[in-house]
Amino acid sequence: MITKRIIPCLDVKDGKVVKGVNFDGLRDVASPVSLAQMYSDGGADELVFYDITASAEGRNLFTDVLCEVARSVFIPLTVGGGIRSTADFERVLSCGADKVSVNSGAIGNPAIVGEAAKKYGDQCVVISVDVRRVNGQFHVFAKGGRVDTGLDAIEWIKRCVGDGAGEVVVNSMDTDGVKKGFDIELLKKVCDTVKVPVIASGGAGCQQDFVDLFKQIPDIDAGLAASVFHFGEIKISDLKQTLYENGINVRR
Amino acid sequence: MIAVIDYGVGNLFSIKSSFARIGVDAVVTADKKIIQNADRIMLPGVGAFEDAAKKLQQSGMADLLREEVKKGKCLMGICLGMQLLFEKSYEYGEHEGLGILKGEVVPMKGYVDKNLKVPHIGWNGLHFERESRLLKDCKEGDCVYFVHSYFATNCKDSVIATTEYSRPITAAVEKDNVFGCQFHPEKSGEVGLNVLRAFCQAK
Repeated sequence: MITKRIIPCLDVKDGKVVKGVNFDGLRDVASPVSLAQMYSDGGADELVFYDITASAEGRNLFTDVLCEVARSVFIPLTVGGGIRSTADFERVLSCGADKVSVNSGAIGNPAIVGEAAKKYGDQCVVISVDVRRVNGQFHVFAKGGRVDTGLDAIEWIKRCVGDGAGEVVVNSMDTDGVKKGFDIELLKKVCDTVKVPVIASGGAGCQQDFVDLFKQIPDIDAGLAASVFHFGEIKISDLKQTLYENGINVRR
Repeated sequence: MIAVIDYGVGNLFSIKSSFARIGVDAVVTADKKIIQNADRIMLPGVGAFEDAAKKLQQSGMADLLREEVKKGKCLMGICLGMQLLFEKSYEYGEHEGLGILKGEVVPMKGYVDKNLKVPHIGWNGLHFERESRLLKDCKEGDCVYFVHSYFATNCKDSVIATTEYSRPITAAVEKDNVFGCQFHPEKSGEVGLNVLRAFCQAK
């Protein structure tokens, strides 16, 4: 049967990986190419790159970096950040991205999901959602989590999948950065609602958090994290071994 | 030299890069002369069957591929490129394929457990149906990366490996000088690169 995926996420600004990264033996810790290579060698099932650059020059640096990553790493690549039009899809797909993740771009212009799905196929369109509880309800936040849109997260995800999104990344702002585990309540709700792959994000602090995620939500497809991998707190090869020992089907 | 057929379907960046990685000269082309002069041919493909099949027919590429295969040249299809090798597909209607391999392409919906997600996206294990040249460097259970909603069936004479998704799904095929895989070797890490190497060495 299909395996559960482990996905490291890299934020890239002006062509360099941001967030402190600390690894023995890695000369350029900010190089997306050497990091991608290291994760791929360690058994990462997929890589997500978020372009957090604001300037046009930075965007060009990002696509250069992406091309270089795609020339050296042969696992699926998902790209997000600043995706607002099908022209943005085109820009990153021609550099070797396999999937494109839209977040605020879809909130501002919901038609982009359907347009892109028609043009590039459902499998190519990932809807990424930042979610936080507001008065007991799950709200969608935009602009990197700064703006409460007031949208109900479950309804929003349902709508995007209905429009053709082939995969959903659910980032819980309530658990993000806390390192006490994934947001099981929210993720269960999403998995019960849509029939496309769901990727959990936000909250991973240790290997057991991934075990709990896959044990408690058998329908979840993947676990995504950034800092625990970047800081070397969790080695992907160790995590895969732990998951395997806990009876979770992973690629090793 | 390997000719990677460019017929306006899918992104060929990664396929080209993976051939470069294994040190094989690959040219992405729609030029018939180059294809005729190539040592091997790769037919990639992402998207809808009907659209792709039409493009191959109208450009004359379909006839050219059949001729080259008849002459004994090695041809490999990837994903939709593999599905196109078969006689027909039931993706949104009924459409003729290249008819190079016996079999047909059917939707996963209705064939797999209804609780399973379609498309079938992710890493899944290979189960060998018989010995082959294409998968000679792979091990039983090796994981490869799939993204698809349709699969080839009634292809007993060419299937070499399946993958389990509540039922066996055709994962790779081989018949004389014709090869194919439903998964993406260019996205399947070292295992995938070994499949491409094996294709480049196949006689």
